[in-house]
Parts: sequence; structure tokens; C-alpha cells
Amino acid sequence: MSHGEHAHTLDDPQGPPHIHHMDPPTAYHAAKFGMWLFLATELLLFGVMFAAFAVFRWKYFHEFHEASSHLNWKLGALNTAVLLISSYYAAIAVDHAQHGRNKQVLKSLLITIGCAVGFLIIKTIEYSEKYHHGYFIGGENFHEFKTFLPLYFCMTGIHALHVIIGMGLLGWVATLAAKNRFSSRYYTPVEVGALYWHLVDLIWIYLFPLLYLVG
Amino acid sequence: MSASSTTAIAGSETNYLNCERGIWSWLTTVDHKRIALMYLYTLTLFFFVGGIAALAVRTELAFPGGQIMSADTYNRWFTAHGVIMIFLFIVPGIPAVMGNFLLPLMIGAYDVAFPKLNLLSLYVYWLGAAMALVSLGIHPVDTGWTFYGPYSIKTGSAVVWMTGAAFVLGFSSILTGLNFIVTIHKLRCPGMTWWRLPVFVWALYATSAIQVLATPVVGMTLMLLIFERAFGVGVFNPALGGDPVLFEHFFWFYSHPVVYIMVLPAFGVIGEIIPVFSRKPLFGYRAVVVSSMGIALVGFVVWAHHMLVSGISDFSAQFFSIVTFLVAIPTAVKVFNWVSTMYKGSITFSTPMLYAMAFVFLFMIAGTTGIYLATLAVDVFYHDTYFVVAHFHYTIQGGAVIGLIAALHYWFPKMFGKMYNDLIARAAWFLIILGFNLTFLPQFVLGMQGMPRRYYDYLPQFADLHLASTIGAYINAFGYSLALLNLFWAMAVSKKKAPSNPYDALGLEWRTQSPPIKDNFETIPTVDDTPYAYGTPVASH
Repeated sequence: MSHGEHAHTLDDPQGPPHIHHMDPPTAYHAAKFGMWLFLATELLLFGVMFAAFAVFRWKYFHEFHEASSHLNWKLGALNTAVLLISSYYAAIAVDHAQHGRNKQVLKSLLITIGCAVGFLIIKTIEYSEKYHHGYFIGGENFHEFKTFLPLYFCMTGIHALHVIIGMGLLGWVATLAAKNRFSSRYYTPVEVGALYWHLVDLIWIYLFPLLYLVG
Repeated sequence: MSASSTTAIAGSETNYLNCERGIWSWLTTVDHKRIALMYLYTLTLFFFVGGIAALAVRTELAFPGGQIMSADTYNRWFTAHGVIMIFLFIVPGIPAVMGNFLLPLMIGAYDVAFPKLNLLSLYVYWLGAAMALVSLGIHPVDTGWTFYGPYSIKTGSAVVWMTGAAFVLGFSSILTGLNFIVTIHKLRCPGMTWWRLPVFVWALYATSAIQVLATPVVGMTLMLLIFERAFGVGVFNPALGGDPVLFEHFFWFYSHPVVYIMVLPAFGVIGEIIPVFSRKPLFGYRAVVVSSMGIALVGFVVWAHHMLVSGISDFSAQFFSIVTFLVAIPTAVKVFNWVSTMYKGSITFSTPMLYAMAFVFLFMIAGTTGIYLATLAVDVFYHDTYFVVAHFHYTIQGGAVIGLIAALHYWFPKMFGKMYNDLIARAAWFLIILGFNLTFLPQFVLGMQGMPRRYYDYLPQFADLHLASTIGAYINAFGYSLALLNLFWAMAVSKKKAPSNPYDALGLEWRTQSPPIKDNFETIPTVDDTPYAYGTPVASH
């Protein structure tokens, strides 16, 4: 590791971390590009379930239509609002980070994570409603609308898993902000974390109308 | 190439192999070269495990009637052979071993873009491999490597562990592909323009694109199959209103492109070897590159040719048949380019060159028999016969595995700084090619005569060809063992040092010492020409 040109000045806590094989601008662009590619894989992952939904909606149109009316669209809409607010604060966090306002970054990210917790609570309320009607996985009415409810639980369940992963990711970024790590020269984790969070939001933006409204 | 690039320092003592010692220094390394070697050792292990499964299957089939196992056990052995060879060996295969080792060297970088992620891919791969072994240990899967429903939903074997393993291995594959794409975009050295990239790097680029874009689909599909067994979701279960053909669509949306994940890097390897040993520039460099990308692209819209007899509409069948024919065009472009490169070259019949030439020959058979299978009327007959088995093994063993073995021999001096015994290497080559053809040429004939695939027993009229195939399999296995033992001997025991550039090759990887130093290059090199300017004055330096 003898590449003098990459040497990191240790007395600069807000500079980019030392990476011996890349200069800081390249590292920034590489990280962003990597995350975009990862988001592409996420779209394809969910794409399978969207495709399955399309196939079965065509096959069992009436069952899907009927099933959709059993979902609580008010809670779904509330959750959409909660996630949109969370995404707004994730975007705000990036702006703060670019200006080195670490305290504001921390605050914005905590609001984002708080919204995520709210989202999961609301989702749990919805799930337990379904559970009491025997619509949940393993319940006696699980297949009442053919494959609608199985797909509903797969799609929203895996989405919820992504919400949890996103909370972990943003939580890690928040600890960096608490340590005053970001500046106009280094804010890669905030931007990359926010990108991931926007995708989690975006998937929901498609899930909500598809599952709750279109039917 | 520029004279300012790093020249090899012969006799330099420190390199990536000896700069740090101890098992811990390997397990925590982020050096792409060490990670490549750890993949190499693991993959070799699974190649032998999968090979033993193949021999078990072939031994059972040597004569009509039961020989060494029950029909039920036979189903588990051929599934084990398929799953291990596909998911644990040949999908990671060339990218994980040769790609990891060579990519940064070839583009003049210190490492891949995300070295820690690279190490994580390896650990994720090990986790997937462990899950596959658990499945084999508790109740070996008997579905075939394709996990078709509804049988995969109701069989008592450990499908969840095995599909879970495939899911995890897919994740490893995605991370490697993502890492390579970013590396190729961001870490090329000064002067390394897109049109100066070695064709092996282009092949890795096309491969990585498929890894990133196709693997998530099979991941989610296998996840749904797991949910199917765990929660009875019914998406693929006709008894619950689901659709097993939908599983096949999703499965092949990945699993057809995956054969290009296996074979495109092998194309790249051949494109590196042939110009060096013909002492001529690669003929039609741009055509070779564009055809790699073309194969990757067209490969995404041919998946349902695996389902021509699964009950898809006539229109779909015709569409997928025609698109499949299109794959022949870029593939033929490559073959013509390799042969044209050799034309009037001064050819050295070195061991890597022998493998490369065998590759071209075998892959031609693989490609042309693929045309038979894409033809709708004929496929109805061929689809469930040994013809498909033979075609597939000509592409994957004759293509991808031979490509990997060629690459190992070609870059061996660079990887370990040693030379292998050339005579034994050639003898092994002869046995591998002989054994391979003896195994699979009879299977084309068996298929044409109507021998169904996956069967435990067969009619007496197929006995002679089956016996020939089994004898071939043993010769083939002996050849691989000899080739790999020869390399292992050279690596571990031999004292025969290799020079930095034993073939007078022009790629950047030959500009650094053998084995390379930990950071690949003392300073980042610069380039001002393609790596294939052989037979020109520059090449003689």
C-alpha cells in the first residue's frame, strides 16, 4: 500500500476514507453506480411477482376483483403517505450531508427510520385484520380468492423485509452522521443509502394501486 | 504498448502469495488474486464431487438393468450431478476464478472496485455450498436440477435446502457481476479505451450483465418455490389454482441466459489464447466484441425454447424458435474470427492452444446440434432424449469446462510463477478430448434412436452405445484428474520457475512479475494500442 498519491490525511475526519486502489471521486462514482446496478436487480426480483400477479389477474379476474375490495385501502393510503414522507426526509438528509450539516443529517435519517417503524406498525395492523378473517398464510380462507392473497402476502412481505433492511442501512449511516463523518467532500453513504430507500418507497408506490385500488 | 508501463522484475521475492502468511491472512484478504485462488480450490473440489456423481450415473447405465443402485437413488445421483456442476462449479466457474484473478490485471488496476464485496461474494458462495451439502446430507433431492413443479412441491427430499442454496449462490453471482461491471467502467488505466479492452474483459462484461439482470429472477422464483413448500402459497401448484408452466417460464428466463454466463467467458479465453499462439492480431476484434454483447442480448429472449413441448402456444413456440436460430449468427461470427486469426499464422501447438483448438471444434458440434433443437418439428422428438444431453454437454463441458482448463494452463505461469510438465499436460489433453467425445458422440446417436433422458433402465438395443459412453466417461475423468494433478504438482512441488511473460504476449497482465505483487503494478500502467498487435514490430520487444 505504498501509493503516495492516494494517501489519506488522518487529521481530516470529514474527508473520504482511505481506499488504496481508487481516488476519492472514482470511489464516489463507483459506489453510486454499484448501488444503481443493485437497484436494477431489486426491480427484477420484484418483477417476478409483478409478472405472476399480471398472469393470475388475467386468469382469475373476478376473484382478484373481489379480493381487492377486502383490503383496507385507507390503511394502504396512510402507509403510502408515511413512506413518501420518509423518502422526503431521506432526500433532505443527502442535501444536508452535501453541506456537512451532520446534526441535520442525523435528525432527517431518524425521522426516515421513524416513518419506517410507523409503516411496519400499520402493516402489522393490516396483517392481523387479515389473520382474524382466516385470510393469513395457513388460514382457512387463504385460497378463497385463488392466488390473490398468497401473492399479496409474498409481495408486501418481501417489501416489508426490504423496509427492515433499509432501516438497518440508514441506521448505520445515521451512526456515521453522529460521528460527524460527512462533509462536502464525503457523503457517499448518505447518498447510496437514500437511493436504496427511494427504491423501497418506489416499489410500494406500485404495490399500493395494484393491490388496493386497481382491482 | 507504452514503454512506460511496468516491466517485470525477474527474481523479485515478494508477491501476493508470500507477502502474508497463515490461513487467517487468506480468509481475511481482500486481494482479488487470493480470492480467485480460494474460488479455484473450492470449485476444483466440487468439480470432483460432481464428477463422481457423473461416474456413478454412468456406471449404473453401463449395462441394461440395475447395476449398483436403485432407480430412486439414481434420480438423486443425477440431480446431485446437475446441481453441483451447474450451481456450484460452472456458473461461478471462469468469472469467479479467472475473472477475479485477471480483470484488474488486464485493465491495469490495483484491485476490483469493491474488494470487500468481492470477499463477501466468496463467503456467500461458501454459505450456499454448505446449504447444498446439508441438502445432500439430510435427504438428497430427486427432482433434477430444474426443480420443476408440481413434483418439486410434493417430493419428500430436501428441496428447500437445495433451492435455498441456489438462491444464496445466485446472490454471490450477482455481487460478483456487479463488482465486475463497476470495475470495468471505473478502473480502466489511462489509454485503456473500450475498444482496447481485451476480449476476455468484454466477455466478462457481457457475462456480468447477465448475472446482474437474470439471477434475481431465478432467486425470487426459487424463493416462491420455498414459500410453496413452507406455506402452501399455491402460485406454482395447480391443485391450488397455481401454474407450474409459469415456474418453467421464470426458471428458464434465468437458466437459459445462465448457459451464456458459463460459455461467454470461455469465448473470451479462446479469444486471448488464439492470437498469442498464432502470432497474429485477433481477426475482427470489434466483431468478436459485438457478438459477445449480441449473444448476451439475444440470450434473454430465447428461454421458452426449453418449453417447446411444455404446452405453450404455437405463436410463442414459433417466436422462440426463430429467435433461437438468431443465436447462431454471433456464435458463428466468433468461430469464423478465431479460425481466420489462425489462418496463415505461425501456430505454436502449446497446451493452451491445443485446448483452444479443441474448444473451437467441440463448440461447432455443440452449436450446430443446437439448431436441430431449435427447430420446432424436430424438437418434439429430440426434446426428451439423449440428444439434448449430448448437445448440452458439448456446449458446457466442450465449451465452458474446456475453456476453464485452457485458461488455467495459459495463465498458470502468471498465477503461480511456475511451469507445469508440458508432456503430461498434453497427454491429459488427449485423454480429456478422447474421453469426452467417446462419452457424448454415442449419446447423439442414442437420442436419435429414441433413448429417453433421465431413465434408469433402457432397451437392449441401446446397450453398446451406453457402454461406450460409460467407458468414455472414465477416460474423461482420468484425463481431468491427470491434468489437475499435473497443475497441482507444478504449483505445490515443482521448482521450475516461470518467467514473467513466457509466451511473449502483449496483455497488461504479462507486464507485471509472475506471480504478481500484491498491488499488481508498482504504478498504474498506460496503454496506447490493442493487446493483439502480434506480428507487428512492437510485438517483438
